[in-house]
Formats: sequence, C-alpha cells, structure tokens
Amino acid sequence: MNPLLEVTGLDVDFDGRAAVRDVCLTLERGEVLGLVGESGSGKSATALAILGLLPGNAAVRGSVRLDGSELVGAGERELTRIRGSRVAMVFQDPLSAFTPVYRIGDQIAEAVRAHRDVPREQARSRAVELLDLVGIPEPALRARAFPHEFSGGMRQRAMIAMAMAAEPDLILADEPTTALDVTIQAQILDVLRAAQRATGAAVLLVSHDLGVIAGLADRVAVMREGRVVEQGTATEVFDRPRAPYTRQLLAAVPRIDTPRRPRPATGEPVLTVRGLTRTFPVHTGTVVRRRSGTVYAVDGVDLDVRRGETLALVGESGSGKSTTLFELLELTAPEGGSVELFGQRLGTLGRAEARALRRRIQIVFQDPMASLDPRMPVGDIIAEPLRAQGADRAVIARRVPALLAQVGLEPAHADRFPHEFSGGQRQRVGIARALSVEPELLVLDEPLSALDVSVQAEVLELLRRLKEELGLAYLLVSHDLAVVRNIADRVSVVYLGRTVEAGPVDEVFARPRHPYTQALLSAVPVPDPTRERHRTRILLPGDPPSPTRRYDGCRFRARCPLQADLTVDERKRCAHEVPEFEGDGAACHFARAREVL
Amino acid sequence: MTTDTRTPETVAAPSGRSTLVLRRFARNRSALAGAVVLVLLFVLAFAGPYLTPWSYSHVDYGALRSAPSAEHWWGTNRIGQDVFAQTVRGLQKSLVIGLLVAVLATGLASLVGACAGYFGGWTDRLAMFFVDLLLVFPSFLVIAIVSPRLRSAGWIAFVGLLTVFAWMITARVVRSMTLSLKEREFVRAARYMGVGPFRIIWRHVLPNVASFLIIDATIQVGGAVMSETALSYFGFGVQPPDVSLGTLIASGTGAAVTYPWMFFFAAGLLVVFVLAVNLVGDGLRDALDPTAKGAAR
Repeated sequence: MNPLLEVTGLDVDFDGRAAVRDVCLTLERGEVLGLVGESGSGKSATALAILGLLPGNAAVRGSVRLDGSELVGAGERELTRIRGSRVAMVFQDPLSAFTPVYRIGDQIAEAVRAHRDVPREQARSRAVELLDLVGIPEPALRARAFPHEFSGGMRQRAMIAMAMAAEPDLILADEPTTALDVTIQAQILDVLRAAQRATGAAVLLVSHDLGVIAGLADRVAVMREGRVVEQGTATEVFDRPRAPYTRQLLAAVPRIDTPRRPRPATGEPVLTVRGLTRTFPVHTGTVVRRRSGTVYAVDGVDLDVRRGETLALVGESGSGKSTTLFELLELTAPEGGSVELFGQRLGTLGRAEARALRRRIQIVFQDPMASLDPRMPVGDIIAEPLRAQGADRAVIARRVPALLAQVGLEPAHADRFPHEFSGGQRQRVGIARALSVEPELLVLDEPLSALDVSVQAEVLELLRRLKEELGLAYLLVSHDLAVVRNIADRVSVVYLGRTVEAGPVDEVFARPRHPYTQALLSAVPVPDPTRERHRTRILLPGDPPSPTRRYDGCRFRARCPLQADLTVDERKRCAHEVPEFEGDGAACHFARAREVL
Repeated sequence: MTTDTRTPETVAAPSGRSTLVLRRFARNRSALAGAVVLVLLFVLAFAGPYLTPWSYSHVDYGALRSAPSAEHWWGTNRIGQDVFAQTVRGLQKSLVIGLLVAVLATGLASLVGACAGYFGGWTDRLAMFFVDLLLVFPSFLVIAIVSPRLRSAGWIAFVGLLTVFAWMITARVVRSMTLSLKEREFVRAARYMGVGPFRIIWRHVLPNVASFLIIDATIQVGGAVMSETALSYFGFGVQPPDVSLGTLIASGTGAAVTYPWMFFFAAGLLVVFVLAVNLVGDGLRDALDPTAKGAAR
C-alpha cells in the first residue's frame, strides 16, 4: 500500500525566487511528521503547496500525491473537495481563520455539512460534541459564541475541532501554538495529540520550536533555505543528528534543563520595587463616557536588582510584565507602592535629576523593526540618547562607530537605514542605542522573542559579553523560560499582576515552590524526545482570569492544581487570605518544592 | 568606559539624516531637473522685467493685439500691453504666492496636527475645535470682509489669508496619523531616552508623515495659484493694473483660440511651474523614504 502523502521533488518559486527546492517527504497513515526550520526556510511554503493554497505569484513544480492521486496541477474543484474532507488545516492565527460574524458552532457545523450529507440539527450537535472533545467547557453554550468572544487558546481549540469535523486523513498544523503562552501551548498540544488519536489522522506539524516537535513528532524533517537537510525518526534526529545544520540548531536552542550556576550578586541595589500597582480605567458609552470598570494590570509587584546582576521577570501575556517596565521607565511617581532607582525614590525627583537618571537606565525593545525609526539612519538612531543628554557633535561622531563595533556591526554602516539590516542586526542596533549613554541598568523587554533560534544564541552571547565587560545590571522580561535559565541570575514570577515567587534561578528552576511556577516550568517543551515524552505535565485548566476583577484571597486558586488535595479549611484559607510575598520564596499558603523538569 | 580598539581611524564620522537626504535628492535626476526649472522660473520672473523696455502697465497704442514680434516678444493684449512684461510680472506674484501658501499651510497643518495628536487631552480638543470652527466658516465671505482692510498690507497679507483657510483638512489627517505613530515603539523608545516632546515631533513624527505632507504641499501650490485667481476675479487679492498668472489666464481664456499668445504663455508657465514643483516633491519624498525604489543609495 502506498503512503498517505508522498511529496517528491517539490519546488516552489515566488516571482522567480526559489523558496523550496527538491523537497521529498512521505507520511504514513496515523503518523506525525514534524517539519522544523527557521523563518524563511520554506517550511510553511511546503505545507501550503501541498494543499495548493499558495498565492498567485507562486510557481509549484514536482509531485504531491495524496493516497496515490496527484495534487500538483489538479483543478480547483478537485482541490476544494480534498481540502477539509481529506486534509484539514490548523493555522497559526485562529482569529483570522474564523469568520468574525458567524457563531463558532455554526462554522463548525458548516464544515461538518460541507463534507457529509447530514441534516442541520445533527451537524449542530456534532459541532457541540467536537467542542467538548477539544476540552471547551460548557460546549453547548460556547457553540453560540462569536470568534472574538473566545480567548486565543479557545479559538485554537475550536480550530482543531473544525479540522476534526470532517474526519480527515491528514491534518496540516502550521505553527499551531506560536501565538500562545506556554501553559496554553501545553493544553493545545495535548488537544492536538488527543485529536490525532481520536481520528487516526496523520499530522504534518510545521514549527520553529524544536521542543514542540520533540514532544509530538514521530519523524522529523529539518529544513534550511528551501531544502530538507535531514530526515529521520525523532530520536535519531535529536540524539544523533547527522547534518551539521541540525547539530548547530540543536546546540543553539537555549534549554531549560541546562544547569548553570548563577553568580550571587553582592553589589548595592540598583532597583528596588515594592508593591507596585497600576490600573487602567475601562470606559463605556460613546456619547457620555463613563468609567465602568478597572483593569488591575499590575497589582503588587516586588523586584530587587543589584549591580551586575540579571533579574528575569517571568509571566504569561497579560500578567503585567511590560506594564511594570513602562511604569519604571516613566520615572514618575507610581500609582501605588514604591520604586527606588539607584537609591532615589521615584516621584521625588526634579527635572534635572530625572534627566540624570535617564542616562543610567536604558531599554531594549522586543521588536527591533518597530522600535527603530524607519526613516532614520542607524547612526542617528544610536546617537539619539546621547543627543538627549546634550552630548556635543565631536563626542557623538566618536562614539557611534565605537558602539557599532562593540555590538559586532560594521562601523561604516552608520548611514544605512534599519530596513537594510537583518532582524538580529537590528536588535544589535537597539542594544547599541541603549548602551550609548553608558547606562548601569539595562531593561530588556523580550529582546529575543522576535528572532530565530540561531540569531537568538548570538544576541544572547552578545548580552552576556556586554554584561561582563561593562558590569551592567539587566532587568529582563521574558516569557521564554529557556532563555531565562541561560542568562538570568535571579528570577521573579508574576501571575495576574502580582509577584508569586522569586529566587536565584537555579533554585527556582530546580525546586519551584509555587504551584504556578511548577505548572509554568513543566509546560516548557524540551528539545529531547525521550525526556519530553516521559515528563509529567501539570496542565492548568482554563485561561488566566480577567484582570478587570479583584479577587479575594489567592488569585491563582481557580486554576491551582493543589486545590484538589486540600481540606475544606485549607481551601477556605486560600479563598479569604491573600498569601503574602516577602523577599525570596513563594506567595502560597501551602508551598512545597516539587521537581518538574 | 568603553574604548574600543577595533574602530579603525579611517571610518568617517557618520553623516546625519539631513546630509543623507540631500545626497539622495541630488542623485535623483528628475527631482534635480525640477529644481533647476524652478530656479530658472525665478530667474525669468525677477530678471525678466529688466530685459524688456516695456513695463507691465505701459500701454502701447500703436500695437493692439499684435502677434509676437521683435518689438513685443510675446505680443500684446487687447489694450496694447506687452504680454512678456505682464507674464513675468504675474509669474513673480504667482511663484511667491503659490510656494509661500503651500509651505506655510502645510507647516501650520503639521504643527497643529502633530501637537494635537501627540499631546492629546485638552490640547487636542482645543486644536480640533478651532479647526472645525475654521472649516465651517465660509472662507470666501471672511476673505471678502477682511481683505479690503488689509489692502495696505499688500500681497503678504493676502498670502496669510489664503494660508489660514487652506490648512485645516491637512491638520486633521496629520493628527490621526500622529495618533497611530505615537503608539509605535520607536516613539516610546525616544520618550524613555529622555527626548523632549517637540524634538520627538520634529525628528520622529514629521519625517514619518512626510510623504503625505509633501504630496499635500505640491497639490496646495497649484490650488493656491488658482484660488488667488478666483479671489482676484471678485476684486480681492491682486488688483489691476497689477497682474498675476491667474488673472492673466482668466482674462486670456476668451482669446485662447483667436489670439493664442495672450493665453498660452501664461498658462504654459503655470503648467511648467506646477510640474516642476511636483518633480521636486516626488524627489524629496523618495529621498526621505529610505525604502523608496526610485532613489538609490
């Protein structure tokens, strides 16, 4: 019997530029094939080419056989019949994959009816069944919701339900978890696994995340510059990579389970934050605007950074990490709590003092494209903080080339514009800009999340070197715990705007004490198939609750895995008493260390 | 703290944005041609009167509606005035009015719009209220009432009046563009680096709306010349015996077929003027936009 999917000699050109070259893949029934590569490696183009979904400027050559029938060059009618009924797709961004004006349930029912002749009522009940299968609570009620009423994780679940609707032979999942937080990612991967078992479909999983691939894929194909450089079973590829590129890639991935001894910092404190709060009003009404609620974005964050130390602020999206940073950088009095920068309390500073303080604290942003003015040559961009500090021309002319060299860029490139650089180079420009005024504390807002793995490793190395050379202190905000493990000395975990655990990085990662930290750490995929499949995962139910409410007692208790084991009295304590956070440790009434890596 | 030894001494100091923009502009052929034509037009307008023995108001009774000849280079009009002398005189007025109104109106629009968008709050509300007020005022009526009192101040006051009623819509667009730019990370970055608000507007906001501003200004040039004509027709603005390109075109339109020289010289110069401004505008836009295909590095 021939394989379910057989791709041979697939070439894809976009306007004459080669995107995919000579790709050969085979996929047996019920098998999971992981397609991994960095951005621009042609992995998505390959997946789309299989379904004939590439845009009009793409030229496809070669052969794609689904169960023996040729898909390349097949008519639109033929392809439409195959899409959905035999091959289903799960996209990266589920919001754009649903029509916003129809109810979720109706859209899934439509998918059911499109490929099977069943009455409307039956299709609808099948949709509810599917939603239940992918773990959406109260599926009958949720089927009547519109796409925008779902959270990102729920939408991705619904997307998988829709993919399952027609019981396809093959599910194409293109970066299905990239836009999601780690705990949600763990849920979705679980659902995907369940869906695969339930339908017996083969899965082609496209991802840049080696950890995700390691956890799910039976076989792996590694792509680079449009070609498959290595193919084999997951254990083969991860344990005994043959291609030099695969080896390089595996070496570059920051791993959460690499032990590293952080250096205990002894210097004087650079930044001390106690009980920081920040709220945003929610307005309703168009004619008469009135305040209808409050978003408690930051609600009790404590931080300590010492000279020469790296503190990582860790949490999921919406947990108030970035708001915390921006509150610090405003250099004005915080809404609640206290912030001390270099021994000076914010809110008591005059103009001149604030200006002097600006020199000592600088920031590197997440997205290097967005944070560099596209219309300014990088020389001017780097000189900007210097100018703001009133440096004269001669100093600027001397410093800019030196800074470019320091971050590993060509000094002569100062009069180029940001779009002429690659992503990693742009982030280097961002770092050079922050360093130009010789700061003592560098705030890094997700500095690596927009970059590819191998570029990440380079920038990480640069940050490490600069810290050593210049004695900088870093305040690093990241959702990527593997990166944190590799650079931070101390880590502080926030949940829903509140610090729940802090401590030295090896301590917290090896023996996390707060149940949230444990869940977070256990959700991070490790690029090692054997370990990844035998880890115990602590799956958190549901989504993070809304920050527009204030909670009595512990705000984590609704999702807390410990709750099931507690007695009634203990639960009462969780419900009414807010666990205090003091210095290092965990803000939990029943904290106990547990190894999860 | 950071003395890097890898920096070779030979690396020239990086040139700033203004130098780069100028260099890119100079490399753009058509833009340069436009600039040269503009300069030539100015030379013609201001040196022209000295080339001809006729003055723009002098009436030669011996040559009514005479075709171009050695004596009257571009012919005469129906009361015997020299068309060349009149055209260069009109060109003087129109060049200055057109360019000044465009530059002033766009400048005012970008200043008010960017400030309203960037500062928000009461600045925004006040500025937009004022803009809306000016938009609902019948501008023609206001000019009609005000201009007789400003007659003594001459054409400069007229430029001011035209400007005041030409910037509001641009300001509204600039405001909304600023609102979205303000949320961009590079503006936030500049703020956290201690750059002042007006510097941010000047260095980050305005260059990023420059494409729109330039297009708007080039359209404004032609518009200003034409609205000056309309106003002059009703007796405001440039009054006889003084002339502008607009009044010349208006009075020559009827004779365009029978005595073409009365119409086509003035009309041709206006077309050349607006074309040249457009070329310069396009060149400037490409020079300011580093991703533009037209301007090579």
